[in-house]
Amino acid sequence: MTEPGAVPRFPLPRVRPFDPPPQYDEFRERCPVTKVTLYDDTEAWLVTRYDDVRTVLGDDRFSAVGSWRFQPSASRAAAERGEKSFTAMDPPEHRHFRRMLTRHFTVKRIEQLRPAVESIVDDVLSQLVSGPRPVDLVQALALPVASRTMCHLVGVPYQDHAWYEKRATVRSVLDADPAEAAQATQDLLDYVDRLVTRRQAEPGEDLTSRLVQELLVTGLIHRSDLVAMLRLLLTAGHETTATMIGTGTFVLLQHPDQLRQLVDDADLLPNAIEELLRYISMLHLTIVRVAKDAVELGGQQIVPGDGLIATPAAANKDPHAFPDPNRFDIHREARHHIAFGYGVHQCLGQPVARLELQSVFSALFARLPGLRLAIPADEVQYNHSNLVGVQSLPVNW
Amino acid sequence: MRISVDVEACVGGGQCVLSAPDLFDQSDDDGTVILLGQPNADQEHEALQAERVCPAGAIVVDPR
Ligand code: HEM
Ligand code: SF4
Repeated sequence: MTEPGAVPRFPLPRVRPFDPPPQYDEFRERCPVTKVTLYDDTEAWLVTRYDDVRTVLGDDRFSAVGSWRFQPSASRAAAERGEKSFTAMDPPEHRHFRRMLTRHFTVKRIEQLRPAVESIVDDVLSQLVSGPRPVDLVQALALPVASRTMCHLVGVPYQDHAWYEKRATVRSVLDADPAEAAQATQDLLDYVDRLVTRRQAEPGEDLTSRLVQELLVTGLIHRSDLVAMLRLLLTAGHETTATMIGTGTFVLLQHPDQLRQLVDDADLLPNAIEELLRYISMLHLTIVRVAKDAVELGGQQIVPGDGLIATPAAANKDPHAFPDPNRFDIHREARHHIAFGYGVHQCLGQPVARLELQSVFSALFARLPGLRLAIPADEVQYNHSNLVGVQSLPVNW
Repeated sequence: MRISVDVEACVGGGQCVLSAPDLFDQSDDDGTVILLGQPNADQEHEALQAERVCPAGAIVVDPR
């Protein structure tokens, strides 16, 4: 327990890998909007009730502008500080830019990618099966599927993936050198700028080519805004989905009875994926907003300029929204989780993420019915980044 | 029960389409919500689910 009067440091430590820090339950009961201090002694409000988190993310009295100041580490703040894309904007600017992309991310449109994603998964699995065992599922499956899918969608040459993934990782680990994290953001912007030039000269079927034609050639967008938008897409969709693939596999292997049901009845998979998203609540530190107005929330007086940490790790484990929240249950109603956020910034790429997760889990357990961990579960290593997840997952079959 | 949608508020993530595919679709032009029809008795749960998961408050279900 935290000492009375002491302001806890954020992030708080976890005891079990997928359960939020135990203090969250206590805060939710006694002080649902509670003061925490960040790495640089800045104070912020930690919001732990589901309804309050939805208020912070859904109500226009809270802003995404300037939220980099309340990121959980110096390197995360440095990485986000130069953010020029619509993640760091409020309506109406946010809406203006996001609407340029939404037609490319509808459920229907992304469904058309299914054959391409399934063939990527098939190909990666074939290589995995013919390689040495045991194998690290993160390196051999999760990362290549996620990055090949994003390359296919955005139109990035796959041979560049290691280069840009390295930059993306520097931006997300918590204890990177801040100067390096800021440089990584700039490098990615420069890279995407060259990509735009290339796709302008040689258009393909990919998103970059289409956006160049629809927006840049027609003068609807400034080049720098297009570059910022594509930079966002490149890093938003790769590490996130890869982490969910590796970590989701681990959670399923830890629940063999439920895994068996999933293998027997494919119709259970979509809901099981929602439950994995909720249970893991991967983006647990970095969803942050700044108050624009004076607001009373959870019994606290919030003043303009205050930072609020609206973490899915707390909201998705609120027993009022999800009974017995720390239990993994593929049959529960989980679709109202906020693992993709909430409000106007709710994940644009969620249909892509769902498609990848469905393709991977259905193919993986069908092809390798005997899949199992190759090390004891308590030796599995976890990320030290803004994403909850397994660092590596040695498996055998 | 009557559903109304606010196309201006919609952010196009498609949560409604996943919750109630017979009631909602998304526009090919800008990804915003299209209401396909009003729910029959069997679709009321789905309609309420869509209202609950919509991140933008763009779906309002009047229970009357
Ligand atoms: C399981 C995988 C994923 C998870 C859990 C996830 C989660 C999130 C969350 C929580 C946000 C909101 C952040 C905030 O409110 O500050 C977000 C935003 C976003 N995500 Fe995802 N994401 C995933 C995969 C993807 C993919 C595959 C793409 C692209 C293809 C993508 C593109 C985006 C974009 C563009 C935004 C910014 C939306 C905006 O600000 O309006 N994400 N994501
Ligand atoms: S769930 Fe809401 S915001 Fe998302 S597409 Fe449907 S109406 Fe629009």
